[in-house]
Amino acid sequence: MAHAYTPGLRVTRQAEITKERILPLKGEVLVKVGDAVTADTIVAKTELPGNVRIVNVMGMLGCEASEVPEMMVKQPGDKVAKDEIFAEAEPLLPFLKFMSPKVKSPIDGTVEKASEITGQVILREPPQPVVVKAYIDGEIIDVIPDEGVVVKTTATFIQGIFGVGGETNGVIAIAVDGPGEELKPEHIKPEHKGKIVVGGSYVNIETINKGIDVGVAGIISAGMGDQDLRELLGYDLGVAITGHEDLGLSIVTTEGFGRIEMAHRTFALLKEREGLQASISGATQIRAGVIRPEIIIPLTGDLLAAEDEIRVAAKDGVKSGNPVRIIREPNFGKLGKVKRLIPELMTMESETKVRVMEVTLQDGTDFIVPRANVEIIED
Amino acid sequence: MFKKNDPDLKVILATDCGSTTTKAILIEKIGDEYRQTYRGEAPTTVEAPFEDVTKGVLNSINEIEDLSGRTFLDGETIIHPYNPDSNTGCDIYISTSSAGGGLQMMVAGVVKEMTAESAERAALGAGAIVMDVLAVNDKRLPHERIERIRVLRPDMILLAGGTDGGDVSKVVEMGEQITAADPKPRLGISYQLPIIFAGNVKARDEIIKTMGDTFSLTICSNIRPTLEHENPWEARGKIQDLFEEHVMAQAPGYNKLIEWCSAPIMPTPAAVGLIIRTIAQMEGINVIGVDIGGATTDVFSYFMVEGEGLFNRSVSANLGMSYSVSNVMAEAGMDNVMRWASFDIEEEDLRNRIKNKMIRPTTIPHLLSELIIEQGLAREALRLAFQQHKELATGLKGVQQQRDIADAFNQESSGATLIKMMQLDLLVGSGGVLSHAPRRSQAMMMMIDAFQPEGTTRMAVDSIFMMPHLGVLTEVHDKAATEVFSKDCIIYTGTCFAPSGAMRPGEKAISYVLELETGEILEGEMNFGEIKLIPYGLNDEGLPLRGTATINPARSLDMGEGRGRQTKTEIYGGVVGIVIDCRGRPIKFAKEQQARVKQVESWTQAFDAYPPLKGGV
Repeated sequence: MAHAYTPGLRVTRQAEITKERILPLKGEVLVKVGDAVTADTIVAKTELPGNVRIVNVMGMLGCEASEVPEMMVKQPGDKVAKDEIFAEAEPLLPFLKFMSPKVKSPIDGTVEKASEITGQVILREPPQPVVVKAYIDGEIIDVIPDEGVVVKTTATFIQGIFGVGGETNGVIAIAVDGPGEELKPEHIKPEHKGKIVVGGSYVNIETINKGIDVGVAGIISAGMGDQDLRELLGYDLGVAITGHEDLGLSIVTTEGFGRIEMAHRTFALLKEREGLQASISGATQIRAGVIRPEIIIPLTGDLLAAEDEIRVAAKDGVKSGNPVRIIREPNFGKLGKVKRLIPELMTMESETKVRVMEVTLQDGTDFIVPRANVEIIED
Repeated sequence: MFKKNDPDLKVILATDCGSTTTKAILIEKIGDEYRQTYRGEAPTTVEAPFEDVTKGVLNSINEIEDLSGRTFLDGETIIHPYNPDSNTGCDIYISTSSAGGGLQMMVAGVVKEMTAESAERAALGAGAIVMDVLAVNDKRLPHERIERIRVLRPDMILLAGGTDGGDVSKVVEMGEQITAADPKPRLGISYQLPIIFAGNVKARDEIIKTMGDTFSLTICSNIRPTLEHENPWEARGKIQDLFEEHVMAQAPGYNKLIEWCSAPIMPTPAAVGLIIRTIAQMEGINVIGVDIGGATTDVFSYFMVEGEGLFNRSVSANLGMSYSVSNVMAEAGMDNVMRWASFDIEEEDLRNRIKNKMIRPTTIPHLLSELIIEQGLAREALRLAFQQHKELATGLKGVQQQRDIADAFNQESSGATLIKMMQLDLLVGSGGVLSHAPRRSQAMMMMIDAFQPEGTTRMAVDSIFMMPHLGVLTEVHDKAATEVFSKDCIIYTGTCFAPSGAMRPGEKAISYVLELETGEILEGEMNFGEIKLIPYGLNDEGLPLRGTATINPARSLDMGEGRGRQTKTEIYGGVVGIVIDCRGRPIKFAKEQQARVKQVESWTQAFDAYPPLKGGV
């Protein structure tokens, strides 16, 4: 067997990145093909139907369901103000109208339906505007009518392994000296407000809270702790579906949970891009339709490499000589190079029989590891 | 092209595209019988950089090529048909799939315990994950229900409500609320959300008027035409059709996979359910089956109730061993997970390890301590999933029962669970953590600890996780499916004898006499709190050795004939043997830490479950 298929995350110096920016439901696209956009440019907008209130008019007026449409002072489609009467029972005698039961609207909105089957009236609040931003600096290369656009940029692209918080952007600021250093509260300075702060091996809850207080846009770290994550979210994250949290900042971890040195290449690349505008997203979804957190640093002018350096990670599988990271105990987080792929099944300490590879770790020791427990790191 | 049950069929390739791994098996006709010969496995490739489910399929077949030294692929094409001269290719290729995240549904009815529950059972039976159950009496205000529908964005909604000819207004009210919410499908914004109406026939016109313009509305027969009768079949069929059209097709590469297959791709849970039902019907026994996957745990049961075989399936959407492993920890709690281990670990360390498994779901335990932790998590996932199953597999609620004088002291209400552990004949486990446990005794022990069978129960595991493959194979070739199932798939681990009830630890619990087929007679006594394994395997033909057990429980314990009453029962051997479990039901752990560790050690030693823990944690 010449190679094995192993998952790997993209860490790419320069790549062409396209992003679909789509509305949750049909609306209006505000830009056209060829337009240059920044991350904050609104590219499409729409209105979500407002919330609904259901009023039991039949019960309140003491009539039959079939009589409700006749009792309506306001008809479906009519606007109605809070406390405005929208339904009224017919008095026995016209001069007793002032005594007849009436129904007032609990909201500002529109009458949507008066049901003759259920005797209920549906009122809808005004629509809520929704906008979609470009998310990255780039150019519009396609417009999907009524739905959204495709934005393209050439950028440094780094995939994280796990994150929280949605899309944000800011200038990259390196706050630690090296990939093995923990990002501590004292590293976060007032000048980091609105920036993407890059740490090293670990970030704890105190540092994250300091970041929120200062107004940091995002934090990039190799690892974090699950107990801190629980404290940050206020609940135990059961299934890895994130991105919707409103935390005040977004976090992208590049290696996983626990204290782990950031891959040198990732750290060096971020350091090289210090001072540049980046777009990041913490959104992670590990089931079907996988979404990994990401860091996109658009490149322009002199920063664009003369030659096309676009690479696709691990498409051909892992081979001897490939740099890899061990992603499970023992030696979790350690880096090394594949020495050889062993075709025979081998028995591990757990007595699990698996296909393995031999990896030479950075300290020179050779280590036999299940193939499933390594991750390719892009060269 | 091969016909159904074609006798010339020689080589079958089958895959199951799971949420974590894609498993390929090779089945060949050897002489006159079909046998499973090779197996390959590879990560499911929905994730970047592959983003094509067929890559994982090709990788898993590639592994079979490596192991067998034969060729099945020509580049990225499966070679059809089998060429006997070059010994290459296969006659047919079939597949099941649970990639794509499954079908996520909401169901709605009028009364939570009646039509809404029937709708929930129908959706689960069709292989769906039920995100929420809406009902007029669900104690939520209408706007809260509407908000919930909008937030969850289901793939599909099943609306039931009202018996035929009964009240129309309540089900229409529910229809109005769904329409007012106007939920958008999770996948794609350009198609209308499918809604299946399976309620009161008299309400159809009003439902069409209320919902027809907003949704892609399908009408089918009432799921609960009368209070005494449930009719889920048509609704289940419609759900599965829409699942194929709307959800599975969203998994990247799926359209290509459809083209490769010689039979329609079956959802994994439907295929496993088919096999469980087949075993129960073939042998005329009560069966519980479980399939514990990376994302979900499915429990299937088939119990004879008043002469009628009732099949139920439940899916615990967020209980699994990889993507959902962190949720098992969150739901069960650290104490419950670690009570099964005989060592301590720092909470922070354990939490980080579990989260790392969640974000890198294809890793496998290298260290023994990691295996023990994973198996503790598996016990808790199975326990919680089974609890949910028992709550769902019930008789119809709201049905008036006729009682005679003999029933006067039987206070069982309508809607009681159908799962009677004392009446269970066979417990079958499937899924990576059970099928691939390094020792079969580990799998048997995990299942006993989680399900806590009572009385006499035969136990089995799916040898290498191939029940889904055989489920879909039954649609193509009965003989091949049945032969491979009995010869290569099902591994009988043995029989578990377990009295129900409780007493003080150390007191005499039972005496037993085991008359074995080998001529041996084993007699003994056991105290409460003990568990014993007596190796008793298979005969020369690979079938379980048989025998008879006579068990005399103490006055407070029951082996099936009543408290303190002698029970005679059959013995089936297996690859692990006969287990006599006197730990009582439910199993109680010592409160004091050291005593608990000693207790757990004695259990695992009785099973010879693990080698000595040498390395660090």
